[in-house]
Amino acid sequence: MPDIKSVMKVLKKKKADFPESLIEEIADAHERHNLDDKELNELIDRIKKAYERATVEDGEAVGTVAAQSVGEPGTQMTMRTFHYAGVAELNVTLGLPRLIEIVDARKKISTPTMAIYFDDEYFDARFEKEEIESEAERERFKEEFVRKTANMIGKSSMNDILKNFNLNYADMNIAVEIDEDKIIDKRLDRDDIIKRIEKAFKRVQIDNNMLSFEPPAPSKKEDDTKIPIRELRLLADKVRDLQISGVKNIGKVVISKEGLEWVIHTEGSNLGSVLKMEGIDKVRTTTNDIHEIEKILGIEAARNAIIREAQNTMEEQGLTVDVRHIMLVADMMTADGSVKSIGRHGISGEKASVLARASFEETGKHLLRASIRGEIDHLTGIIENIIIGQPIPLGTGSVGVIMKRR
Amino acid sequence: MKKDILKHRLVPEHTILSKSEIKKVMKELDIHPEQLPKIKQDDPICKAIEAKSGDVLKITRKSHTAGKFVTYRLVLN
Repeated sequence: MPDIKSVMKVLKKKKADFPESLIEEIADAHERHNLDDKELNELIDRIKKAYERATVEDGEAVGTVAAQSVGEPGTQMTMRTFHYAGVAELNVTLGLPRLIEIVDARKKISTPTMAIYFDDEYFDARFEKEEIESEAERERFKEEFVRKTANMIGKSSMNDILKNFNLNYADMNIAVEIDEDKIIDKRLDRDDIIKRIEKAFKRVQIDNNMLSFEPPAPSKKEDDTKIPIRELRLLADKVRDLQISGVKNIGKVVISKEGLEWVIHTEGSNLGSVLKMEGIDKVRTTTNDIHEIEKILGIEAARNAIIREAQNTMEEQGLTVDVRHIMLVADMMTADGSVKSIGRHGISGEKASVLARASFEETGKHLLRASIRGEIDHLTGIIENIIIGQPIPLGTGSVGVIMKRR
Repeated sequence: MKKDILKHRLVPEHTILSKSEIKKVMKELDIHPEQLPKIKQDDPICKAIEAKSGDVLKITRKSHTAGKFVTYRLVLN
């Protein structure tokens, strides 16, 4: 791009330090309007002036402005918690509760969910290897692969593959018939299921698709108060609920086609395990659980996730907040290497000044503790100086005079 | 798997700075490395690029507002 280069040259001469996106825009205008050197100079002069006027001034209270700018739209958000997201069958927390969840950096969020994408390169390699030529066949292969993966991720229990389920009170056992068609339909592995059943239940007899479960043998001790029928019923529930496939922490999955692409949405989240699976897009697959992102992808990814989640939440409600405010919040939350909440347990609770902490929450606790430990307040912050009635170090107050001694 | 996460959409580019680069950057910003934001040594990215405690990472973020934004983090254990 020769345009960017010529623009950069002028910028360097004028000592203008513009962000990349702005330089690209200028270069674009330069090309579109066919500006000569004089016009380009004039343009950059004016942009420089406007840019410098728009930057935040030293001593500006950006934190307060950010808090107000996120807080005010927050008052307009719905209190209604649940709504669908993308797919009709999935509930995801949205609105104010979700925003609070993000800012509080909750360890357990109320509705974790994942969006799982597929790797096209992987499909291409498979097509090549298995010599699938026609477009229709490729589509079929893709769909089959997606459904298979979805069933590997989503939770299935015994209940999903039963044909017959009988409690036999006379013989004190449970007769179960497995539906082979359902196993095929769910694309599960029969041997694997049998293995899991054998592992989970000691007293089970397997004869093809007919299974027979017996409750654990009554112990011979005198004080055994177990009621046999109740034991049988408990066993029945256990058999029905036995998980036969799925990734840990993930419940229901919903397969959907967005445009030309297959996407799996899940209830529950386990980014680490899903990213290890075959054929998954390791670039775009993501979760809404910020702590999980921090654990798997690191602190910078968590910062990006906070920005994305907060902005999506606001946008979904039809509210627009300048990203810079959200970016500031995300920067504060991730500044010390782990995700910290805004509030008593996070950022506000770690302020250096005793008076600042005491004025926020739990006044007594902080003052008492500070006096026991003999803490010193250097009065460098805003709140401390307001409390003792001094000019605050903000805006024009943030500069002082130093004199040299003669 | 370890390197795969570096390609993820949410992960910006991380590079380890050399001693002389750290000096240059600190002079430019007029701060000490301790004043930078931190990143833990056991952060998955630190493990992937084998950064040690005391290193300074240069992080090149894709920014909504500036296109590209360069920032730094100090590795701590």
